[in-house]
Amino acid sequence: MTDVAASPGNTNVASATPDTMAWDSRARRVMMIYLPLACFVLILLFPFYWMAITSFKPNAELLNYKEHNPFWISSPTLAHIKHLLFNTAYPTWLKTTMFVAIGSTFLSLFASTLAAYAIERLRFRGSPYVGLGIYLAYLVPPSILFIPLATVIVQFGLFDSPMALILVYPTFLVPFCTWLLIGYFKSIPYELEECALVDGATRLQILRRITLPLAVPGLISAGIFSFTLSWNEFIYALAFIQSGANKTVPVAILTELVTGDVYQWGALMAGSLLGSLPVALFYSLFVDYYVSSLTGAVKE
Amino acid sequence: MSVTTLPSRGIAVRQPGWIARLLDYKPFLIVMCLAPAIGLLTVFLTYPLGLGVWLAFTDTTIGRRGIYIGLENFQYLWTDPLWWGAVFYSVFYTAIATFGKFALGFWLALLLNNHFPLKSLLRAIVLLPWIVPTVLSALAFWWIYDPQFSIISYLLVEVLGVRSTNIDFLGTPWPARFSLIAANIWRGIPFVAISLLAGLQTISPSLYEAAMLDGASAWQRFRYITFPMMMPILAIVMTFSIIFTFTDFQLVYAITRGGPVNSTHLLATLAFQRGIAGGELGEGAAIAVSMIPFLVFATLFSYFGLARRKWQQGEAND
Repeated sequence: MTDVAASPGNTNVASATPDTMAWDSRARRVMMIYLPLACFVLILLFPFYWMAITSFKPNAELLNYKEHNPFWISSPTLAHIKHLLFNTAYPTWLKTTMFVAIGSTFLSLFASTLAAYAIERLRFRGSPYVGLGIYLAYLVPPSILFIPLATVIVQFGLFDSPMALILVYPTFLVPFCTWLLIGYFKSIPYELEECALVDGATRLQILRRITLPLAVPGLISAGIFSFTLSWNEFIYALAFIQSGANKTVPVAILTELVTGDVYQWGALMAGSLLGSLPVALFYSLFVDYYVSSLTGAVKE
Repeated sequence: MSVTTLPSRGIAVRQPGWIARLLDYKPFLIVMCLAPAIGLLTVFLTYPLGLGVWLAFTDTTIGRRGIYIGLENFQYLWTDPLWWGAVFYSVFYTAIATFGKFALGFWLALLLNNHFPLKSLLRAIVLLPWIVPTVLSALAFWWIYDPQFSIISYLLVEVLGVRSTNIDFLGTPWPARFSLIAANIWRGIPFVAISLLAGLQTISPSLYEAAMLDGASAWQRFRYITFPMMMPILAIVMTFSIIFTFTDFQLVYAITRGGPVNSTHLLATLAFQRGIAGGELGEGAAIAVSMIPFLVFATLFSYFGLARRKWQQGEAND
């Protein structure tokens, strides 16, 4: 996994060699690489462009393609965003989502750091099986669980409470984070801990003073990944939350903003844009962590 | 706890309290470290999984504790054309979307594995569809598939002049089915591409050099080096992709909610409609449980993919 973080150097070597040997002409290179790449980027980004441009278009332009070029805005407006922020409960939804995402991220980071440390460093009989069990938990999709989980949530008296989501999201975050962190702990030399043991440090001191500081990149990866996944989660939030104020952004946009037969496309797209911004911003700050954790988790 | 770290003047000082000693007692420490994770997973994953299987054999509804009714739910589903429709569409959706995702994702990974300027920026952009909340991008697709103001229809009718009428993307069964699959492929390409790119980067260039000295063509190099070397990671990524495509919920729920005339129900959306919206928890659970055999099949697929890796690389080099 760590080799991914250090890969840019390798990559160039790996890919440059076939390049220089096989791709001789420049025209061929444009046709075979740049053109398809441009198509991919165009298609992958178009929905976002469309989302963004729709949220700033006045309604008159939005529904009139004859007189206005649909790909551009002639008179941009903030009306949709204003409507969203002042006439709907959007700020509350944002706050709830933020609260849920941060809460479940911290809970799962706490649980999975300890678990990963126990599995990888305290080494006991059967620790690989515990690790495998946690990994298997990752393969259980939420779509199977949401109905029985709804009854469990009701039994606990947590129905319609954001606390329910904070407690439930770790079911898919903990397996992921644990596996990511096991990989990171593996890369930390065991000798460091032995030295500390010889010096008379307790296990918990070792974890706090030596292992955790060295695993910070792994913790960041796991953290931002958990945050993104909980921000994006939909099915549990849809099934467990009923009152408008407690809804998370993805659920609220779909259930509260879609009303009647005439869809307010401007407001809907503005809501989607605003709801995507926090994760997109987060993502742009930590791109490399995302890529390394994504590929690291798959490789493990 | 800090007592133990103090540079001790005499042995008498090194008398850690019983808490510190307990915290350094390995079995206790192991239990304590595993407790939060195992506890959370047991209460909110293992227990509901078992409860779900139990609910499938009862006639529980919202607000009423059900009684054991044996296989009645499953017998009912067996005769229910809607369930068969959902099974068909789930398999069809998974098959076509997985094929599309992997064909295009592999292609994109091969393209990104080349050397060109702004590579890391491009890699960052490519992952965007995967980062953004699925429901929100699904809404964008809903708007793109609008019957009247679809931008695709506009392009085809007004700009290119290929068609004379707007396409009814979501109003009729088959176009709706393919529209959803297209949205799913769009969302899945980045994950596949970036994972496979990581695999491509581990293939040693010396293999290609050797093959080229032997006069292998570009296709032969792909077929006999790239593809076999990518098998293990391909198997893992594909298992994940199949499991999460088969149990997909958000895209369909956001764009069509199973319509038109229930033609785009996946098993997950049908389970939600019957179980939560309709209140028939037992029947919903039975639909959810009926997904398990398919998922077990997908996991076995991964297992044999992994077994093949061991056979290829030797046991030690895992």
